[in-house]
Amino acid sequence: MKNTQKELSPVQQLLEKKYNGGFLNRSEKVIPVVLFLMAAVSVLTTIGIVLTLIFETFIFFGDVSIVEFLTKTEWYPFSETEAVYGIWPLVLGTLKITLIASLFAVPIGLAVALYLSEYASSRTRKIMKPILEVLAGVPTIVYGFFALTFVTPLLRDLFPTVEMFNAISPGIVVGIMIIPTIVSLSEDAMSSVPEPVRNGALAIGATKWETASKVIFPAALSGILASIVLGVSRAIGETMIVSIAAGSTPSAALDLTSSLQTMTSYIVQVTTGDAGFGTTIYYSIYAVGFTLFIFTLSMNVLAQFISKRFREEY
Amino acid sequence: MEKVERINSEEMVGRIDGRLAKNKVVKGLFFAATAFTSIILIVLLVRIISQGAPYLSWDFLQNFASRRPEQAGIKAAVIGTIWMMAVVIPSAAIFGVGTAIYLEEYAKKNAVTRWIQMNISNLAGVPSVVFGLLGLTIFVRLFGFGNSILAAGFTMALLVLPVIIVAAQEAIRAVPGEIKEASYGLGATKWQTISRVVLPYALPGILTGSILAFSRAVGETAPLVVIGIPTFVAFLPSGIFDSFTALPMQIYNWTSRPQIEFHNLAAAGIIVLLVVLILMNSVAVWIRNRFQSR
Repeated sequence: MKNTQKELSPVQQLLEKKYNGGFLNRSEKVIPVVLFLMAAVSVLTTIGIVLTLIFETFIFFGDVSIVEFLTKTEWYPFSETEAVYGIWPLVLGTLKITLIASLFAVPIGLAVALYLSEYASSRTRKIMKPILEVLAGVPTIVYGFFALTFVTPLLRDLFPTVEMFNAISPGIVVGIMIIPTIVSLSEDAMSSVPEPVRNGALAIGATKWETASKVIFPAALSGILASIVLGVSRAIGETMIVSIAAGSTPSAALDLTSSLQTMTSYIVQVTTGDAGFGTTIYYSIYAVGFTLFIFTLSMNVLAQFISKRFREEY
Repeated sequence: MEKVERINSEEMVGRIDGRLAKNKVVKGLFFAATAFTSIILIVLLVRIISQGAPYLSWDFLQNFASRRPEQAGIKAAVIGTIWMMAVVIPSAAIFGVGTAIYLEEYAKKNAVTRWIQMNISNLAGVPSVVFGLLGLTIFVRLFGFGNSILAAGFTMALLVLPVIIVAAQEAIRAVPGEIKEASYGLGATKWQTISRVVLPYALPGILTGSILAFSRAVGETAPLVVIGIPTFVAFLPSGIFDSFTALPMQIYNWTSRPQIEFHNLAAAGIIVLLVVLILMNSVAVWIRNRFQSR
């Protein structure tokens, strides 16, 4: 045995080892399978989310008709005698917050992105990048605290008709929260417009603003739009800021100065309260969660579509 | 087609001032927006520190939650967060890096791989409150973990998983092909190349991305609320099946009380939370700068 092995060259020995099904060979075959199973976890998570929402929502629609859910404009789940489940007030609450947040964040975010990409010195950029990263890293619970204890009192000093819980203060703070998303994604899009394109515009005598508005902005439009849609999607799903500062009154009124409830803050209200497992109220959070999921998913798909479909290739 | 306007050089010179002025105004506006964004951060930090700092004390870190604000502390919350992260970090790191290796090194470029990739980027956009509903249904109810450290840790791990996968994929993709080829050339197998060449090279990038993802898990509140993590806890957990509370939950509880004293406690709790996050981020930045020059 020993003699035969000595006659093999080192390479042959290695090949021998490889094809003899030794430990090495077996682990080479097992490892990809193990890694694939790990990759399957994230797929299973998606399936888990979708199935959970569908099944529990289905149970909810056994108690409450889907027609009532979609068409009634009142949401009174805690009434013992006549509970009404019409999703509209919660959707409206979410839309109010999202609208205020976008009105606040989109102009500021795009202005910051244009400044950093077209005007700022590399020193300013070096200072602003970490500031935006910190803003992006601040937990939403901290923003919620800031909305309730700083922005709301400030608003009430300026406009006494604003109530303690309102749409404006959490709306603005959700806007602050999504500014870093809009800035970093749209700045990436603007900076990736090639330098010769920019220099070409400047060389024929355009000012920086003319270059930015007529050359850079159109060229980066797909990335800019995608950043806005992603920011809006984050605003729709934001939970803690609205739970803390927007109140818990489902309202179908268009008024922005009084208490309201969003889809997310309803889920928080039910799960912090003591609605027992198996009650209609318990299942209602899944129906609301499902509606929320459809909203954010369609925004994310839209963002992907925009950045693929309208990308300018250089 | 736009009609071409012809002007003589005199008119052109006359317009330059206006165009330059416009550029200046716009630049000023953009600068103001940038300054405003930084001011928001400064106001936020100054406000929280001035409100919370007087309440920070050794007792605050040592005491349990209490109905009396002067005796309340965050011991249970800090220890609870550490326990939760002890579940989140290993589970999310192993599955996140494993998935990234599979997608970058083993997966064939086919429809299944594209679908997994698309699924991961969509998962990153799912609101955290929906992850809470998943955790409530699967971990709390179906697996019967209750509102334990394990249920919360697994829910948070799933929440940060997409972020870690994407960061690890980028780090693995950045490994130069020559190094891998050199390893194969020496006769190393695929797994030997991955484990002894690719992963060590990609490690700083993976660590930076993962630490940022974990700092998100430390501050995330909504999933914990949904899976029913209690806020009034006057004991320390002794295992992963125990009930617990976490820093953001304690801050949320204090914030939602009407009394100003509790708001001050919340500010003090936020300072502790922010210090933890800043430490984690500093480590990430340090690793990034230390290995970037390579």
